[in-house]
Amino acid sequence: MTPAISIKGLGKTYAGGFTALKDIDLEIERGEIFALLGPNGAGKTTLIGAICGTVKVTAGHVSVCGHDIAADPASARKAVGLVPQELTIEAFETPWDTVSFSRGLFGRPPDPARIEDILKRLSLWDKKDTQIRRLSGGMKRRVMIAKALAHEPQVLFLDEPSAGVDVELRKSMWEQVRLLRAAGVTIILTTHYLEEAEEIADRIGVIRKGRLILTEDKDTLMKKLGKKELAVELAAAHAGIPPVLANFDLALSPDGLRLILTYEAGRGESVISGLLEKLKAEGIAYADISTRQSSLEEIFIRLVGEDA
Amino acid sequence: MTPPFNGQAVRAILRYEMSRARRTLGQSILSPVLSTVLYFVVFGAAIGSRIPAVGAVSYAAFIVPGLIMQTVLAQSISFAAFAIYFPRFTGTIYEILSAPVSFVEVIIGYVGAAALKSAATGLIILFISFFFVPLRILHPFCMIGFLGLTCAAFSLLGFIIGIWADGFEQLQLIPLLVITPLSFLGGSFYSIKMLPPFWQKLSLANPVVYLISGFRWSFYGHADVAVGVSLSVIGAFFAVCLCVTAWIFKTGYRLRN
Ligand SMILES: Nc1ncnc2c1ncn2[C@@H]1O[C@H](COP(=O)(O)OP(=O)(O)OP(=O)(O)O)[C@@H](O)[C@H]1O
Ligand SMILES: [Mg+2]
Repeated sequence: MTPAISIKGLGKTYAGGFTALKDIDLEIERGEIFALLGPNGAGKTTLIGAICGTVKVTAGHVSVCGHDIAADPASARKAVGLVPQELTIEAFETPWDTVSFSRGLFGRPPDPARIEDILKRLSLWDKKDTQIRRLSGGMKRRVMIAKALAHEPQVLFLDEPSAGVDVELRKSMWEQVRLLRAAGVTIILTTHYLEEAEEIADRIGVIRKGRLILTEDKDTLMKKLGKKELAVELAAAHAGIPPVLANFDLALSPDGLRLILTYEAGRGESVISGLLEKLKAEGIAYADISTRQSSLEEIFIRLVGEDA
Repeated sequence: MTPPFNGQAVRAILRYEMSRARRTLGQSILSPVLSTVLYFVVFGAAIGSRIPAVGAVSYAAFIVPGLIMQTVLAQSISFAAFAIYFPRFTGTIYEILSAPVSFVEVIIGYVGAAALKSAATGLIILFISFFFVPLRILHPFCMIGFLGLTCAAFSLLGFIIGIWADGFEQLQLIPLLVITPLSFLGGSFYSIKMLPPFWQKLSLANPVVYLISGFRWSFYGHADVAVGVSLSVIGAFFAVCLCVTAWIFKTGYRLRN
């Protein structure tokens, strides 16, 4: 099967001359949940816009489910649903009307049962005939998601879906996202909440100053870039790090009771056994050991924060 | 393969625009009807009885076609301009831009809806005027044809204005500074044959003159300029507007960043 999204050499220079995207290459498989991470102004929204047709591409090629967006825009767009970052929604319409409108706009015949199902799944059924201006922000966002789902897209874009959404709602939204993925929908989302990407994504792309600096399986990324820490609880307090351990990247807690070893996640085995052997040889007794993996947040700051 | 014409989208846009008209009935239809009807009550029935007939047609009856044309013109522009400007302003245009719709579907949807609404406005005014003014319609099919073509052409113009405008002021600018004067000087209230020769010549540069003349001809059989010429001018105007909109969609002018 053709990939859900295939991007080659994509570039975007805005009318004012600002280059927001440079030479992006990316493939997203069907049924993936892909998270796009990057600081404010990195180009996430521009990238989504270029794929969905709201931004004019100035270099390169994009296809959606095998349809080139320039050669066959109708087929490409029919496959895509977009929930933009900002809450932009017709205030005087009702959810029912606006979701039905979206379905028609994307070329699907009316299907009240389908609309009912979508509204119910997003807990909007009891609001279906309420003017949208009377809904809360979180409800409005759900109406926008319902609009994007109305034509049963194969690829769904969520541009910062959790902005302004409470914890409860976020949970149920991720549940919906997983259900959609189970139904074969590919989901591409952007977020600033990095735990979120860690929680939901299969693969993560990091974008910075218009360049995709990294795309990786979430787990591989965590393994590859995650610094791990091994804490060794010592049986007796030490005044300083014993000189024989100088070869290891070690820190001692202020109370002198805990040694902390930092190592690359991939090279764990050899370093740990090396340290433990050394401790044994030197007769340094320890009561307990534990490990900790750094969060995506820390990885992200390391990747993006450097010479930002 | 996706079918080349997205009929569902046209249907959705038309339905949406019509339901918006129903929601704002007072402002969108009733108020232009009322103000136009007031015009021919005052100028036609009250003052008009002291003004001599133009040809064989009483003054009150003479001004009705021109007044209808003026209202229809202004309403077509305003309906269409607003219909496309508003989504641009609020940002909901993203959906149209990301949808599998081409120039053709968007034009039929938005311009079609605007034209239908303004044609309905014109017909309502016509209907009401029968109660105040002795009207004849010699060529009803031509009358409908002129009305339809005018609504379509000026809705297209309105659509272009709605895409070009960068604020509510600009949205009003062309209608106020260009269309209103042209339409007042378009011969609603007089036959341009009553003007001195110089002003007659100058009037021929005003496209509205051709519209009103043709439209009035379909009522009373008298025209200031030949009917064929009127028709050609409207047709040409329509074609130019169509080309401009095609270009807008091709380049994404003011629509896509
Ligand atoms: N219409 C525009 N014209 C010119 N420059 C633009 C336009 N839209 C965005 N930009 C610029 O392009 C860059 C990328 O913007 P974009 O909205 O894609 O960032 P983002 O990653 O989505 O940021 P955020 O996390 O804040 O949403 C920014 O520097 C922005 O100023
Ligand atoms: Mg953004």
